[in-house]
Amino acid sequence: MAVINYDSELRRAGAHSTHGWRKLTYLAQRHLLGAIGLVIMVLFVLAALLADFIARYDPLSVDSLHRLASPSAQHWLGTDSFGRDVWSRIVHGARISLAVGVGSTLLGSSIGVIVGLASGYLSGWVDLVFQRITDILQALPLLVLALVMTAALGPSLPNVIIAIAIPLIPTVARVIRANTLALRELPFIEAAKSVGMSETRIALRHVLPNTLAPLIVLMTAQLGSTILTEASLSFLGLGIPEPYPSWGRMLSESAAEYVRTAPWLVIFPGVAISLAVFGTNLFGDALRDILDPRQRG
Amino acid sequence: MFAYIVRRLALMIVTLFGISIIIFVLLRVVPGNIVDILFDAAGFVDPTDKANLEKELGLDQPIVVQYLKWIGGLLHGDLGYSYVSEKPALQEILPRLPITAKLAALALLFSASIGIPLGVISAVRQGTRLDYALRVVSLSGLSLPSFWLGLLILMASVAMFGTMPIFNPNPKTWTEAFAIYAVPAMAVGFRSAALTMRITRSSMLEILRQDYIRTARAKGASERSVNYHHALKNAVLPVITVIGIEAAFLIGGLIVTETVFNIPGIARFLVEALRWRDYPIVQNLVMLIALVVVLANFTVDMLYAAIDPRIRYTD
Repeated sequence: MAVINYDSELRRAGAHSTHGWRKLTYLAQRHLLGAIGLVIMVLFVLAALLADFIARYDPLSVDSLHRLASPSAQHWLGTDSFGRDVWSRIVHGARISLAVGVGSTLLGSSIGVIVGLASGYLSGWVDLVFQRITDILQALPLLVLALVMTAALGPSLPNVIIAIAIPLIPTVARVIRANTLALRELPFIEAAKSVGMSETRIALRHVLPNTLAPLIVLMTAQLGSTILTEASLSFLGLGIPEPYPSWGRMLSESAAEYVRTAPWLVIFPGVAISLAVFGTNLFGDALRDILDPRQRG
Repeated sequence: MFAYIVRRLALMIVTLFGISIIIFVLLRVVPGNIVDILFDAAGFVDPTDKANLEKELGLDQPIVVQYLKWIGGLLHGDLGYSYVSEKPALQEILPRLPITAKLAALALLFSASIGIPLGVISAVRQGTRLDYALRVVSLSGLSLPSFWLGLLILMASVAMFGTMPIFNPNPKTWTEAFAIYAVPAMAVGFRSAALTMRITRSSMLEILRQDYIRTARAKGASERSVNYHHALKNAVLPVITVIGIEAAFLIGGLIVTETVFNIPGIARFLVEALRWRDYPIVQNLVMLIALVVVLANFTVDMLYAAIDPRIRYTD
């Protein structure tokens, strides 16, 4: 996988130093949108990690005196129908989105990598079987498969992670398989074979590292769609159960009633979802430009 | 070519068969069936009543027998009975089908008519402010959840007209039809339009870098002729190939949008059936969705070969 040599590009662009901070600022200027995406992602991760300090109230504590309060100095983003503080719930909701996003992307990608490597490297009947399973999983839209799986497994955080991870497997497996097939024919693999390296070792030490760039690009792209899928599942009432403050859950059907009476309940959780996904998409795009120059647009 | 088509059709059947097994097993590994739900709601349970009901619904039989009954019926056009309404599943699904089909067609139309031109403009003006702005718009389009967009539309409708569109199967006026079908279709199609735009842009850019485009420029063809006569024709082809992906994408959007707008189509019906553990409805709807996606992919591949003479499928 060809990676742009930024050091030489920097020198050509007239940079004196190609190290550390300067390199970072150069990259940020060159990929401004990606840098903005990265900032959004960092803020989002910080909110999740520091939720206990940023939130001003307990996200689950019910306050019947202040139900459906509009945004004010006490409640920055207002309160919901149970009097729970919306800002605190959104901050804590970042944890759920992050857990589901990272959890299901990692789980789905690791299985996808194993399946793709095995499929491309072993070929034969293993490949044939994996290909058919991939076909089957790809014939169902992500949301439909995830919906049926959460309905089957029951609504809980680990089950939602599994339900979203499984539909991701085929896409990752396909990309890794195609890469493995191409790599297998290259001279350096032949060289490794001729010095007597075992097949497993070649697959793990030589093939896998060379598929990392497209894998990272794909995983970043999937992070956004896993966050969106979790939000959709929870919105439909089949994702993260009450009382956990999932962003999708906060927008759940009852939100349609509040469109008239309490618009802040509809606006803010949606802004949180869109912003988090937008950040990962911006960053993913820039990462693709950097790591996969063939797709540069 | 003929051998290829036959092979593709055979693979389609294998895929659909695999899906039928996965869905059937998935729905039955769940602890608790509809009988449990009904009796939970009733409170006190008489075990013999429960056993009778399970027997009546065929839930006491081994899973293999239940599966074979379903598949056997499916091949005869008998989809079984809905547990909830006790009506034939076909009677429940058929009237909902045209509603969702209309929405999907409108959404596809919207996404193509917005996404393709904007993608072309973005590619032709690559690197300009316009390109930058269009790319940000398309990325944000992909980041907005369809259901939230739907809620925002409802909110705008309340603010402007003081009311929300309520679904009516036979709209009387054009404005009513617009509010009922076109508005939700746009909420679904917005995300697809963003996807179409991104694909069109990258496909157009790839074509614009090719040798024959340079040749066209070298022989003195105008910028306009190069972009719209030489490049566009070839750039639109890959866009067609992703209609299969778009179909899957659209179905996901329809599920949440029909729920937001309270539209009684099959996408919302799937969610309701899942909540009620109405197995016959769920498994038949999932099969229908898989059939649509598989057929869309097949049709697109065939269409691709028909349009582009460079592509010939060989076995």
